[in-house]
Amino acid sequence: MITVENLTKSFQGVSALNGVTLDVEAGTVLGVVGPSGAGKSTLARCVALLERPDSGAIRVDGTDITSLDGSALRAARRQIGVVPQGDSLLRQRTAAGNIALPLESAGIPGPQRRTRVGELLDLVGLTDKAASYPDQLSGGQRQRIAVARALAANPSVLLADEPTSALDPETTGSVLTVLDRARAELGVTVLIVTHDMGVVRKICDDVAVLEQGRVVEHGKVLDLVNDVASRTSSALLPAVDLNPINESSYDRVADVVLVGFAAVGALLPEAAHRFGVELNIVGGGLTRLGETPVARFRLGLNGERSDSALEWIGEAGGSVQRSLKGPQGVAA
Amino acid sequence: MRSATPWSDVVRFLVEATGETLYMVGVSTVIATVLGVPVGVWLQLTAKGGLRPNAAVHRILSFVTDLGRSMPFIVLLVALTSVTRLLVGGSIGSTAVIVPLAVGAIPFVGRLVQNILSEVHVTVVEAAITTGASTLRIVRSVLIRESLPALINAIGVTVIALIGYSAMAGVIGGGGLGDLAIREGYQRFNDRILWSTVAWLAVLTTVIQFGFTRVAAAADRRRHASV
Repeated sequence: MITVENLTKSFQGVSALNGVTLDVEAGTVLGVVGPSGAGKSTLARCVALLERPDSGAIRVDGTDITSLDGSALRAARRQIGVVPQGDSLLRQRTAAGNIALPLESAGIPGPQRRTRVGELLDLVGLTDKAASYPDQLSGGQRQRIAVARALAANPSVLLADEPTSALDPETTGSVLTVLDRARAELGVTVLIVTHDMGVVRKICDDVAVLEQGRVVEHGKVLDLVNDVASRTSSALLPAVDLNPINESSYDRVADVVLVGFAAVGALLPEAAHRFGVELNIVGGGLTRLGETPVARFRLGLNGERSDSALEWIGEAGGSVQRSLKGPQGVAA
Repeated sequence: MRSATPWSDVVRFLVEATGETLYMVGVSTVIATVLGVPVGVWLQLTAKGGLRPNAAVHRILSFVTDLGRSMPFIVLLVALTSVTRLLVGGSIGSTAVIVPLAVGAIPFVGRLVQNILSEVHVTVVEAAITTGASTLRIVRSVLIRESLPALINAIGVTVIALIGYSAMAGVIGGGGLGDLAIREGYQRFNDRILWSTVAWLAVLTTVIQFGFTRVAAAADRRRHASV
């Protein structure tokens, strides 16, 4: 739906984007993460068409939108709904009036405008706040109105720039829920720029890690967590505590990543049963990525067929990442 | 030593002069607003970081604006005589004073307006840009509407300033409260008229200021959180 190709941008000789290439499939949520100064904001401003890249292309439905001007540019902007960083609502307009702004820009007549605003207020769960002014709303409510405004003109892409940066965890949840609903109910393709891995954990299908103006990692979240070397897995999976004393009492010690209900629920007991080994979880834990339970466990195994058990876990869908004690250990 | 002017005459003088002052100041404020707000908008649009940055246009406009503001009003009053004659068909009287008053106030209003518009937060303006709004719509619905309370206050400040300027109207026979205080009060050693006028001016400006503050507050939709 939206692709970013080889985007570069520098400011007074300092390069902010260094050939960024990204691809977001229609109806999915991509989280762009990275440390401060990685170029996240610049990328967001380029995609929002507030900043023109030095080179490269941003394509929505195949059309490059980076070189447009005048009314074509304004039309392209309506294709991309933007939830800007920080407070961006008109303080002299009601919540409903703020949501109506893109519809006014698009020249949609009053009655249709009011209907659409009503739908959006419903989508973000703030129907009762239609007549409230931004100063009468909480930070989370204001941000949900900003999301509704971004969605008003039926954009095919929704860009959210640090949508949760100023919010407490609970409010963050409500804003993310609204973004997720936008994807689920409107089929919008969502691109979230954030420094918060929690956002990726909760609603992103895909993730792109930006460092020094480059994409250093890009893929499906559930694929990347299986790769122990990935930044995504180390940021999202539960840590495995090192406990050498504990580990010394096992024939085999290995880390496994398990994705999905079946894997997390039944795999380990079955492995223990099948191969007649003692299998203990000595570290790690369970988490949830979106709706999917994901676990990273450090396992300690005792028994002659420990290696076979680990192998079987790998074949059954778990990814066994590190055999901390090799075959030349006690069992040999 | 002649006796003091009777109070009934003082009131009559004041009423007449107030009418002249309000006429001069009122009309010139309207003109200065109608012409000064676009100047301020233009200044802000062309400024660095504005919606249509243009250093050359901005510099020229700034220069003209500042030149206009630096001109002492009394000089403007006499310097514009020929322009005034061309525009209103005469160069003396209250109507003639309106021309230099308005001309003097346009750059004043322009600068005030630019300063106010520049206070509208950049994220709010950029959010409007991302909705695909045209520059005209952003000027109207965002820049001007968001700063309306401050703009109304600025017009109030302009009115008060113009009341001050209009005190010099007497130079070209414009009349008004300032002229009354100087000609009837000060130059004729008529303390009753002088001090009555001073007191009345204080009341008048206070009331006008209060009125503008009230209207500005009524136009302000920012309310403290009630939830």
